[in-house]
Amino acid sequence: MLFENIKENFPILDQQINGKNLVYLDSAATTQKPNEVIDSLNGYYKEKNSNIHRGVHTLSQKATKDYEKAREIITRFIGAISSKEIIFVRGATEAINLIANSYVKPLLNENDEIIISQMEHHANIVPWQMVCEEKNAKLKIIPINDNGELIIKKIDELINERTKFISLNHVSNSLGTINPIREIIEMAHQNNIKIMIDGAQAVQHLEIDMKELDADFYCFSGHKIYAPTGIGVLYGKKELLRKMPPYQGGGDMIKSVTFEKTIYNDIPNKFEAGTPNISGAIALGKAIEYINRIGISNITKHEDDLLNYATSKLKENSKVRIIGEAKQKAAVISFIIEGIHPHDIGTIMDSQGIAIRAGHHCTQPIMDFYNIPATARASFAIYNTKEDVDKLVEAIEKCIKVFA
Amino acid sequence: MNDWDDLYLEVILDHNKNPRNNHELKEHTHHADGHNPLCGDRVSINILMDNDIVKEVSFTGSGCAISTASASILTETIKNKKRNEIEKLFKDFHDLVTNEKEVEKKLGKLAIFEGVKKYPARVKCATLSWHALMAALEGEKKTTTE
Ligand SMILES: Cc1ncc(COP(=O)(O)O)c(C=O)c1O
Repeated sequence: MLFENIKENFPILDQQINGKNLVYLDSAATTQKPNEVIDSLNGYYKEKNSNIHRGVHTLSQKATKDYEKAREIITRFIGAISSKEIIFVRGATEAINLIANSYVKPLLNENDEIIISQMEHHANIVPWQMVCEEKNAKLKIIPINDNGELIIKKIDELINERTKFISLNHVSNSLGTINPIREIIEMAHQNNIKIMIDGAQAVQHLEIDMKELDADFYCFSGHKIYAPTGIGVLYGKKELLRKMPPYQGGGDMIKSVTFEKTIYNDIPNKFEAGTPNISGAIALGKAIEYINRIGISNITKHEDDLLNYATSKLKENSKVRIIGEAKQKAAVISFIIEGIHPHDIGTIMDSQGIAIRAGHHCTQPIMDFYNIPATARASFAIYNTKEDVDKLVEAIEKCIKVFA
Repeated sequence: MNDWDDLYLEVILDHNKNPRNNHELKEHTHHADGHNPLCGDRVSINILMDNDIVKEVSFTGSGCAISTASASILTETIKNKKRNEIEKLFKDFHDLVTNEKEVEKKLGKLAIFEGVKKYPARVKCATLSWHALMAALEGEKKTTTE
């Protein structure tokens, strides 16, 4: 079996927490890193560290080559047309802020509208609130149903001539819902509206192809796809990126600077002001090569099996309620246990060496929708096994015993 | 012996299930809402002060077992105490759960929260109601654990 020995690729998993073997079920917060990624960081600083795009010396050329190679790897991974469409950013949060400020803000007039949904991460809410406030524009919210699915027919009702932009997550980090973004992107385009997809919880689970999806902008964070923190990707269609003003000014994003006139660089460099996270970008390339070797469709299948197994196990327990039961789900399970606060669940789990997340997962509007303060969340990745699920289920039973 | 016994003592579990003084207080002189934005826990404290002494105290709100038990035991502890005694208790309680220094003073029932210091992520749960209490005494309406 392909996934049997995968844990061995992740050195951090080979340790004990509170005297128990670590069971890591918090990959939606951040994934662990395989040896290849760790070695890439190490190797970069040991052998190639230098600044890119500006040195004639050999090290700088090597670093530049590796950095740009990572961009090529990502281009192929997400099925973009050109590597010029790949902008390195710090993560999904920065990507959304960039689009909010450089693309959407200049379009907005008073009383214009931006559409997001009830199930967004705060990173896909707050930047829009900020530009709306500045421009006196309005934020409109696509509602969800009790299963945690977008109510698609409401989108048509929300769209009108004042709608200037739509931004939606591909997969919800607290519900696991996979949204039918292909369909929604088409709806947006039929109405001549541009749309951004927050893929922070999607690219590590599902095959994506920009040419097929036709999203105008798409983003994700490296650290949720087995790469380091501090590196992420913003994809944008070339013709849109070219027309946009830069987000930040500085080195690398210019062609020439005089005090009278500065000429900006071409894309993608126009959006990469300053010295970027070079080692992080290269390591992200390595993480994607690692995934490619396993095969993203194999990953989807493996995680689907885990999700189905865990879901049916949790459902056997009448005290457990799963929050988010969409028909299409990625390997994320939010749950609550009758009479037990998620925080207490988290502590009992931790005492058993099991890492889950307890809280609102940066999605307070979802908690408000279900009228709960928080959930416990188990999220799965390539290194998880059915044995991990069994341990989770066992620990849930312990929680119930303690607080009965 | 379970792995979590040092935290979830019987008394704490009992106060979580059957919290004392867990209701509104119609007649009160001081009130504050405590909020832990990290986990969404909310605890409100109501106090009726008379002559610098706590005559009545109650709490409302929802939270985890640690914050509920802590609020419940707080209300039992501070009744009929003077403001300066309460301030001292808060300091000692804070030291107890954060382990900043050994607490020598007898803390009575509050001492059962000593286990919290091994769980840094839970310190704010234990102190939420105390922060709300101090805010109430100082005449503030709202406080957070941040
Ligand atoms: C759906 C979603 N969007 C955005 C983000 C923000 O990602 P980052 O903090 O890496 O910028 C997250 C992270 O939790 C997420 O799950």
